[in-house]
Amino acid sequence: MSTAIAQKRSFAAVLWDYLTTVDHKKIGKLYLYGGGFFFLLGGLEALFIRIQLIKPENDFISAGLYNEMITMHGTTMIFFAAMPLLLGLMNAIMPLQIGARDVAFPFVNALGFWLFLFGGIMLNVSWITGAPDAGWTAYTPLSTSSPGHGVDYYVLGLQISGAGTLMGGINFLVTIVNMRAPGMTYMRMPLFSWTTFVISVLILFAFPALTVGLFLLMFDRMFGSAFFDVALGGNSIIWQHLFWIFGHPEVYILILPAFGIFSEIFATFAKKRLFGYTAMVFATILIAFLGFMVWAHHMFTVGMGPVTNSIFAIATMAIAVPTGIKIFNWLLTLWGGNITINSAMLWSLAFIPSFTIGGMTGVMVATSVADYQYHDSYFVVAHFHYVIVGGVVFGILAALHYWWPIMFRRILNEKLGKLAFWTFFIGFHLTFFIQHFLGLMGMPRRYWVFLEHQGLDMGNFISTIGAFFMTFGVLVFLYNAIYSWLKEEPAPQDPWDGRTLEWAVAQPVPHYNFKQLPLVRGLDALWIEKMEGNGKMTPAEPVGDIHMPNGSILPFIMSLGFFIAGFGFIYQTDTDFAYILLFGGMAIALICMLIRSLKDDHGYHITKEELEKEAD
Amino acid sequence: MKGWMGKFKVLSLLGLVAVFLSACGKENLTALDPKGYGAEKSFDLIILPTVIMSVVLLIVMVIFTLALIKFRKKKGREDFIPKQVEGNQTLETVWTIIPILLLIVIAVPTVIYTFDLADEADASNSLNVEVTGNQYWWHFNYEGQEIQTSQDLYIPVGEKVYLNMISSDVIHSLWVPSLSGKLDVNPENENTLYIQAYEEGVYWGKCAELCGPSHSLMDFKVVVVSKEEFDQWVADMQNFDPEAEPESDLAVQGRELFEENNCIGCHAIGSSPVAIGPNLTNFGDRSKLAGTEEMSKENIVKWLLDPEKMKPGNKMTNAYPKLNEEEASLIAEYLLQLSPSEITPEAAGN
Repeated sequence: MSTAIAQKRSFAAVLWDYLTTVDHKKIGKLYLYGGGFFFLLGGLEALFIRIQLIKPENDFISAGLYNEMITMHGTTMIFFAAMPLLLGLMNAIMPLQIGARDVAFPFVNALGFWLFLFGGIMLNVSWITGAPDAGWTAYTPLSTSSPGHGVDYYVLGLQISGAGTLMGGINFLVTIVNMRAPGMTYMRMPLFSWTTFVISVLILFAFPALTVGLFLLMFDRMFGSAFFDVALGGNSIIWQHLFWIFGHPEVYILILPAFGIFSEIFATFAKKRLFGYTAMVFATILIAFLGFMVWAHHMFTVGMGPVTNSIFAIATMAIAVPTGIKIFNWLLTLWGGNITINSAMLWSLAFIPSFTIGGMTGVMVATSVADYQYHDSYFVVAHFHYVIVGGVVFGILAALHYWWPIMFRRILNEKLGKLAFWTFFIGFHLTFFIQHFLGLMGMPRRYWVFLEHQGLDMGNFISTIGAFFMTFGVLVFLYNAIYSWLKEEPAPQDPWDGRTLEWAVAQPVPHYNFKQLPLVRGLDALWIEKMEGNGKMTPAEPVGDIHMPNGSILPFIMSLGFFIAGFGFIYQTDTDFAYILLFGGMAIALICMLIRSLKDDHGYHITKEELEKEAD
Repeated sequence: MKGWMGKFKVLSLLGLVAVFLSACGKENLTALDPKGYGAEKSFDLIILPTVIMSVVLLIVMVIFTLALIKFRKKKGREDFIPKQVEGNQTLETVWTIIPILLLIVIAVPTVIYTFDLADEADASNSLNVEVTGNQYWWHFNYEGQEIQTSQDLYIPVGEKVYLNMISSDVIHSLWVPSLSGKLDVNPENENTLYIQAYEEGVYWGKCAELCGPSHSLMDFKVVVVSKEEFDQWVADMQNFDPEAEPESDLAVQGRELFEENNCIGCHAIGSSPVAIGPNLTNFGDRSKLAGTEEMSKENIVKWLLDPEKMKPGNKMTNAYPKLNEEEASLIAEYLLQLSPSEITPEAAGN
């Protein structure tokens, strides 16, 4: 196999390349395409929700469909949009940032992606027969007693994609522990790689709780067990604990990478070293650690008693301290800098006030007695959208603008970028700020209709208008992506005067990333070389053969096997015919595993000669 | 003169606050105009962190804005490379310690109030109501009083009333924003919430935990009346004779249909503990039909002809023989005259 760049390949060849790829850069792109698609789907669902709530007692969609809509919106956005978009960015950038040629387990990386994609498709297939309708939290016994197969699709879809995520987390951990470039000590690692590392630990410990919960739910629904069935001696509250033991760390799995992204962008465009780097690293770790101690603040109204509520209230408030440290460090990074404001920077700057409001309401909802009012009202809806949209989505969009040149070899159009930003930003605050008040004015969350003459009309109307602004912003961004691809010139290697290793990689990024692994001499490795007049990284090794993994179709087929088996699990309650799918699917997956285990695949080497020839 | 001015200022300030609060939602629904003990405690802890955190937000915004104005790239300075500052121990210590102190200010009352609202010491000397959450209606059993009712919860003003809540199906959450924060209604264990209303009136209650398609229609009312009125209501409810002959002929016919169609199999009238469907003892006094609709004969007929239309996913649909419009109208006639007491939500609302 040659490394020569293929010219004008046929569509089938490109498709086959992507189906079999184990290259972290391509897998990163696949995650972005997949996550982007589900993001649009989730956004469409959100728009339907807002249209339904544009006026009191509206009948745009029916009550049952509305519950399906909210469930699918939440599930899709968290598991199939935010997570994969971030995993995509990590895949595309993190190995470059730590000076690695790929992730530790390229095959597993591909498997992780395909499991996510098939999980997402599985969930959305449910629209045909009726989507899950018990909320993205799927509280039992509502979820165990929900008729039809909607919740079954939820269980299987999440189980399949969750396995993929878990693999991704382990893969990143091993990569960061073992594959940092010479000289790249932990305390020289860029913040984005640090947050990738920390959230991989979170994934490793948090996802098993979800897996267990989903298995119990699956057994209850499909095999007649009664873990959550009160009438048979089960307990429905256990689900809430399992879900939130996963669910709260999940919030940090989403937000910490965004923190990493902003840290990179502020430093680059303020032309300053990140203020308080050490504090930033330890604040990240502390947030992650505390993130495991606070799950029950989602359950203040369950009736756990004053002792439990007090402990979890205080533990939750404690998280505000490291988060505050971060905000001030970012401000001080800007302070005294030479600030360039472009689209990437706009999204990052907008994050500061938006997320601070989200953090402020975070402390408010941590106050248990006040939470008796906030809980399950629109106040909470406003709070977590300020955190997830104002933090995570802003972060993803900032990162896309920032790293677009590396991933797609284009600089996104600035004018379109600014238009998308301002419409989305204004729409976001229009949609969600008023919802704080709606909640306190007595509007519970997940309400299909609100009644007339309850003072809720105006707020809901404003909120819906905001949703249209956000939609427009997203569409402009999409247009920008296509426009830049077709009309803009290829981007130079280091358009932002970057500080970290990913900007030291040649463009287009070679398959093997680094011809010679770079020698890292400090934090902001590239910046150090620039300041000392070298302009580029010093190699840490002579040019030599590079070992690369072979592509494989097995991850795709294996995931397909689990996907087919998923339908078997769901429909075996109706018909024995489904056992064919169940055992057939599992057989496909297991045979793939067997092939992978027994067939030696040593990869291949790109020889020194080839590398040298390419350089000419 | 000065004193008068001072008073005037305070009054006008209070007036402003009142105007602001009344703009914040409908009276007796909004949590921003608390009229009960729990809601008041919650409100205190809504205000305190809001004020403290607003100050923090303000500080962040000032530094943020100044940084952007002062340090934005300027003409002639494009290539300026700022000093690469690593950090500042003093500053970092300051913004670690101050938030901790602020959080302690919030945490201390939080813990005190949390224990206060969970204090059930005087439950045995108070009025206890057993509340059952059902898809999608509420059942109230006044413990030791032989009173069963649904949807409208009558309580005396100023007294602590203990609600011992359990669900018959999925998880619900009882929320009367103006009187108290919410508490979940679980199927496995009884949760106790006490409410204490300061003013008479009719308060909106909501279900706050997703419980199915008609989650948003699971409203109920808390009817707060004076102690005397409450005693009167209790006596009226206890003295109600479900066997008594209705006054009008139509209602008599309606009652016959009610019995023929075995409505009584699910809906008790009187103090029978049957509660598969809402108890109908004081149906005629109800403030709303099915939680949210106007209580009128027309609506009752509509409900009886097709309950699914008003409350999707309810348990009554198809659980009884099909009725024609005339039958439904007669049954409505019977139900509407079920009015054991003069004490009604209408009376309490005034």
